[in-house]
Amino acid sequence: MNNGFFVQAIIYLTSAIVCVPVAKKMGLSSILGYLFAGIIIGPFVLGFIGSEGQDIMHFAEFGVVMMLFLIGLELDPYKFWKMRKFILGMGSLQMIGTTFLVFLLCQMILDWNWQTTLVIALSLSLSSTAIVLQTLKEKGLSQTSMGRSSFAVLLFQDIAVIPILAIIPLLVSGNVTETGGNHTSYISDFAAWLQTLIVIGTIVFVYFSGRLIIVPMLRMVAKTRLQELFTASALLLVVAVSYLMQLVGLSPALGAFLAGVVLANSEFRHELEGDIAPFKGLLLGLFFIGVGASINFQLIIENPLFILLFGAVLTAVKFLVLFGIGKIYKKSSDQNLLFSFGLSQAGEFGFVILSFSMQLNILPTILANQMMAIIALSMLSTPFLLLMNEKWIDPFFGVKEIQKKPHDKIDEHNEVIIAGFGHFGSTIGRLLKANGVQATILDHDSDRVDLLRKMGFKVYYGDATRLELLKAAGAEDAKLFIAAIDNPEVNLSVVEILRKHFPNLNILTRARNRVDAYELIDHGVNKIYRETLYTAVHLGVDALIELGHRKYSATRQGQRFIKYDEAAIRKLAAKRHDKMAYLATVKDEIEMQEQLLKNDMHINFSAADHAWDSEHLKKEIVGN
Amino acid sequence: MSEHNILILFAHPLLEKSYANQALVKHIPSSKNITFHDLYEEYPEFDIDVNREKKLLEQHDIIIWHHPLYWYSCPPLLKQWIDMVLEHGWAYGKNGNALAGKTVFQVITTGGAQENYCATGKDRYTIPELLQPFIQSAKVCKMNYLSPFVVHGTHQMKGNDIEEIAKLYAQLLTHLSKNELNVEEINTFHYLNQWITKQLTSHE
Repeated sequence: MNNGFFVQAIIYLTSAIVCVPVAKKMGLSSILGYLFAGIIIGPFVLGFIGSEGQDIMHFAEFGVVMMLFLIGLELDPYKFWKMRKFILGMGSLQMIGTTFLVFLLCQMILDWNWQTTLVIALSLSLSSTAIVLQTLKEKGLSQTSMGRSSFAVLLFQDIAVIPILAIIPLLVSGNVTETGGNHTSYISDFAAWLQTLIVIGTIVFVYFSGRLIIVPMLRMVAKTRLQELFTASALLLVVAVSYLMQLVGLSPALGAFLAGVVLANSEFRHELEGDIAPFKGLLLGLFFIGVGASINFQLIIENPLFILLFGAVLTAVKFLVLFGIGKIYKKSSDQNLLFSFGLSQAGEFGFVILSFSMQLNILPTILANQMMAIIALSMLSTPFLLLMNEKWIDPFFGVKEIQKKPHDKIDEHNEVIIAGFGHFGSTIGRLLKANGVQATILDHDSDRVDLLRKMGFKVYYGDATRLELLKAAGAEDAKLFIAAIDNPEVNLSVVEILRKHFPNLNILTRARNRVDAYELIDHGVNKIYRETLYTAVHLGVDALIELGHRKYSATRQGQRFIKYDEAAIRKLAAKRHDKMAYLATVKDEIEMQEQLLKNDMHINFSAADHAWDSEHLKKEIVGN
Repeated sequence: MSEHNILILFAHPLLEKSYANQALVKHIPSSKNITFHDLYEEYPEFDIDVNREKKLLEQHDIIIWHHPLYWYSCPPLLKQWIDMVLEHGWAYGKNGNALAGKTVFQVITTGGAQENYCATGKDRYTIPELLQPFIQSAKVCKMNYLSPFVVHGTHQMKGNDIEEIAKLYAQLLTHLSKNELNVEEINTFHYLNQWITKQLTSHE
């Protein structure tokens, strides 16, 4: 390892650590932070990194592969099968529509030959899985209708990369000058039918080896109880599948996805997720930095009009096609706007296709570089477009952030505000409503907001971490704020903002588990309701009853346990700061459990009181 | 010969530690005329289903409040039951006649010996004196209140004694379900224990 490596690492990591928090602070997505970090250290601003940017990109593309592996893990085959209509329908419409329109426009306006145009159209029709999925995750939109549709389209595109890469060589008639690129496979010399057979065989092999080889192997590794060995196996698994796929000419991302799906039902799902996630995060960050660094500003400066105009038209075309699809699938206008803006960029697979075509001499190098700049720019534009949509476009077309009321009605604020109206919040809302308490609701799922408004609820649509929205909803005069958002991080930031700006507001907070509760305690929240406490105790009480305990005694034990645990969590919350740094890793959770169990040993619940128990009395009587 | 349906409203917050009551409950005969209703098991969270309780009461002629004597009264869930189920307009009041003419009495277990429950004893009052609130409540509901069946000295009871009295309880229940009751005659006895013993010996 030479010094160069360390310097490189320092440059990349520092730029990320500086830029990403700044972007976050400004309310932008972390992707923008990474992209800017790349631009800043790239050859056109500071010039810390230069020619090796391409190599880094190849390396970092592996982050996309890992992301698809993780997506596969979350999607068991059953769910995958259920989504097939959307994947095929929306996906193919998007690909064909966009490719066709871009092809037509380019053919009409520019004087490229048709092969060039087709390659460019195909490469630009793909969207960026990395950007879209990261954005969905950050905004907590994965489970909404647009989230699922976006996922379906992206999945189709990822699969479509394979035939595209297979077709491109056919576009050059005969004189292929092979440069031995990454994406030519070892089987490309075989007959077409044999290639097909090998590809299908490989997929079948991945499927069965997942069941028959990988799971038993993981079991064996897990028995060694060496955390790092398991991490190593997880990495090996992803790398091996990717390599295998490349050998037979499939996209590594697709292979990883497949492997993920196969393992989605195995008992190692969460373990694998936990092990791969940090690598994925880092590599994706690196990937975005690479994209930022590879934007060739020289090319843009030389021909700014062409690149900017092309980029803008491309984005518009992609947007319109997606919007049309959304209309066909009857999306509500908010969801459709989000969906269309979200997928309006060109993606990382575009780089792959372009560099592949460049090697085959289908594209002139300058044109390919210009296209790459356009892709990078369009990726850069997405977070801004989404921000624009959120601030200026959606409020006019979609579900209104604040419901307009007839002017003659005085707009009175409710005493209670509920943020988040999913399964958790809606239960609270229903209980309150059943008791004649009207609550104001904040939610960010436009379809749900629509429904609730039709049902006569007072609903504010949007991001509950925005101060203006909280003010508009009446947080200043409310008696009670119930923070019931599904995503614990969002919930926590809502609480933070509330405590800062409305210090007198009474806040009741949902916490998913003990770890969330610790965070909330650190923020000085007192009324914390752990999802995993009351239900679990209730079940435990019923378990005691099933085992023959008297119901009332079991119920009292449950009540005692809750009180004990509520007290213990406050004690432990203070204690855990004694440790140098607290990261909620798996290991720490185990430690936490250990501490809890140890504490439990010192407590004899039944000795807490002896009401109705005559044992004491008897001793006295016998003693006399 | 008419048959009576008996409803035993049993209230014990800690049955698993009460040998006396375990024995009493164990000996309750299984009969279509006898309903054993374990309140702490039905309503561990004190959320009494009033309509269900009313229906049960309507289906029975003899109601038994079976409970240990805590602080000269019943356990809290039975008090809750009385408060919630004996509604005005149903159990008492001008139109509250649902329970009128039904019979009610208490089955009591207590650690104290019978000799303590008198003016000169430790507990200063007799059991029937201490049960006045229940007696009066039954009267308000236009019910016939019988003398209690009492198990004394549970703290020091031996297994045999418990079995004996539990069997007597079972015989009482069977007898009540099968025979006409003479309330006035029964109430000349201090405890039902004495009455049923006499009945059983006279039948032999």
